[in-house]
Amino acid sequence: MIKIENLHASIEGKEILKGLNLTVNAGEVHAIMGPNGAGKSTLASVLAGREEYEITAGSVDFDGNDLLEMSTEDRAREGLFLAFQYPVEIPGVSNVNFLKTAVNEIREYKGLEPISAKDFMQKVREKSALVELDSKLASRAVNEGFSGGEKKRNEIFQMAMLEPKLAILDETDSGLDIDALRIVANGVNKLKSPENACIVITHYQRLLDYIIPDFVHVLYNGRIVKSGPKELALELEEKGYDWIKEEVDSVNA
Amino acid sequence: MGYTENELAKDLENQEYKFGFVTNIESDKAPKGLNEGIIRFISEKKNEPEWLLEFRLKAFETWKEMTEPEWAHVHYEKPDFQDITYYSAPKQTKKYESWDDVDPELKETMKKLGISMEEQQRLTGVAVDFVMDSVSVATSFKAKLKELGIVFCSFSDAVQEYPDLVKKYMGSVVPMTDNFYAALNSAVFTDGSFCYIPKGVRCPMELSTYFRINEGGTGQFERTLVVADEGSYVSYLEGCTAPQRDENQLHAAVVELIALDHAEIKYSTVQNWYPGDKDGKGGVFNFVTKRGVCEKQAKISWTQVETGSAVTWKYPSCILKGDYSIGEFYSVAVTNNYQQADTGTKMVHLGKNTKSTIISKGISAGKSQNSYRGLVQIHKNASNARNFSQCDSLLMTDECGAHTFPYIECKNSSAKIEHEATTSKIGEDQIFYCLQRGISEEKAISLIVNGYCKEVLNQLPMEFAVEAQKLLAISLEGSVG
Ligand SMILES: Nc1ncnc2c1ncn2[C@@H]1O[C@H](COP(=O)(O)OP(=O)(O)O)[C@@H](O)[C@H]1O
Ligand SMILES: [Mg+2]
Repeated sequence: MIKIENLHASIEGKEILKGLNLTVNAGEVHAIMGPNGAGKSTLASVLAGREEYEITAGSVDFDGNDLLEMSTEDRAREGLFLAFQYPVEIPGVSNVNFLKTAVNEIREYKGLEPISAKDFMQKVREKSALVELDSKLASRAVNEGFSGGEKKRNEIFQMAMLEPKLAILDETDSGLDIDALRIVANGVNKLKSPENACIVITHYQRLLDYIIPDFVHVLYNGRIVKSGPKELALELEEKGYDWIKEEVDSVNA
Repeated sequence: MGYTENELAKDLENQEYKFGFVTNIESDKAPKGLNEGIIRFISEKKNEPEWLLEFRLKAFETWKEMTEPEWAHVHYEKPDFQDITYYSAPKQTKKYESWDDVDPELKETMKKLGISMEEQQRLTGVAVDFVMDSVSVATSFKAKLKELGIVFCSFSDAVQEYPDLVKKYMGSVVPMTDNFYAALNSAVFTDGSFCYIPKGVRCPMELSTYFRINEGGTGQFERTLVVADEGSYVSYLEGCTAPQRDENQLHAAVVELIALDHAEIKYSTVQNWYPGDKDGKGGVFNFVTKRGVCEKQAKISWTQVETGSAVTWKYPSCILKGDYSIGEFYSVAVTNNYQQADTGTKMVHLGKNTKSTIISKGISAGKSQNSYRGLVQIHKNASNARNFSQCDSLLMTDECGAHTFPYIECKNSSAKIEHEATTSKIGEDQIFYCLQRGISEEKAISLIVNGYCKEVLNQLPMEFAVEAQKLLAISLEGSVG
């Protein structure tokens, strides 16, 4: 699905990703954990195609395509989805209008006819039920005046609508109460299939009680410094990140 | 992909005016220049009554004493009033009885504008009075309107057929002495539209006029007069496009609205005149005087979407004369490249318990300058007057400008006036968010801008709103920043 090799990226002259390697196959769920400022959001942004970051080395293969050569919108159209850590508000643009535009742009890219109004609304109903999103929110302006939890749920709703191949969830769990967390996780689990994959970026292991990862990676100082099975998350929860930092720093010393 | 300021600048230069073409219909026109003789020529051509000729001549005398206003936040080379043709009529003066009789080339023009009249008639039931170079060439749905006693015709026809109404109301809201351009218009206006809604009648369809400046160098001096008698209602649409031209074209229209007791007039404009090229060459000068008067419990709403013209100077206003009358102004003004717009409104509260609302959305792109100028005036006797103003500016680049000049004159202490203003730059985060969902940059901007203008677009009749959205998208094509 995606193969990241020796990825280096910097912003404003400061190197944030320092040779990151990660391979995710179809049907897998990978969790990326790590302390604040480790570069988790940076990785998500770079993969999604945010312009501010400069890629200084490395390669990313996305389903046979050179991801780094693709435009931001084409990455999305090819099935890469980012659930933002901080979803933006777009005043005056209804969620449904926004999504219909997105769905049709993606369809056009794939050479398909625009979706019919009926099919679209049917899908909206189905998917908003999946994430227990109040149908009123679907007709409100994108994220405008949404609570933190509603914004996160809206991200998962959008993901459900767009049916991506690879979804990257950037701290979708932060700011969620336990019920919302369960709902979001449920949504993600229901969308899971052998054809798609998911990278779950999180700070806490509690999300991983609901979304069971196949692999857990620790991102520290711009690199994946440790990978393991889902039990690694529990270990991190228990012991914190200091022991990893020490391990890494002693190797580098 | 993405964008930098440099790429942006390049993109903007590549824009072309989509409606830049010229219809090739022979026209019958006056020699260039302005003098008493020309005015007599126009009046005679139009077979006008003596009182109207006198009105014109008096206006001309007044105009000669006046100087062009300098206070607007716009800079341009003043038009040479002696280098303008003041009268130009399509040679084929015969009125069309049916749509089939209409000149095919004219139909083609309308098709290019995307306003196929056939389709409009079929789909929307809009009665269109198409004004092309000063003379109305097609009027539809007249019969149906006639049944209700509604008059909707060209100004010239109104002068012939309803001289009493015209004489009574013309110049009653915008006196010929009002300002430089209004005086000029009063002297040389060639045609326009007239509309009268009888007492208690609700006009069942949107009345619509498409203006179009066609003859190179022809100044266009339209006059519109809408009279809504007691308890009546009308929604009036005005939309414009102009072909591409090198020299500046002057447009100085006068629009007068009269809403008698309990009447309501909704006046919507989509203005899309040639804004000039990327270097600021050419384009229409749009100096318009639009004003309405509200009698008791009457209501006037101005809604405008302005994307065109090189220089715009325009302040649709309401005189809230009657107690409990209401004035509204909803505006989107887009400027790009070297366009300059100085627009806004005046709400003059004379009556008690009068209420006004101003929602202004300015969008500046390229190197353009966009100004809002508004005056809220509460007179001594206007107790309990209310005003709410909201003026938002959206900047697309770092090189453009937005300016807000709100003026308040309040002579009654019971008045309540609220003013809100914001300026924001189009968010890179918002655009990235759209791109990440697979939406192209163009579409993203169009979405964001339309969302930003929603309060105003919502005021437009449905079909017009769709057209306005398209226009916004066209005029901001490639203008990311
Ligand atoms: N726009 C920016 N300019 C400069 N530094 C940045 C910018 N964005 C992020 N950083 C820095 O990059 C590092 C990684 O940030 P981030 O990827 O957000 O970490 P995480 O998501 O793991 O908490 C941090 O040190 C942060 O300060
Ligand atoms: Mg982060």
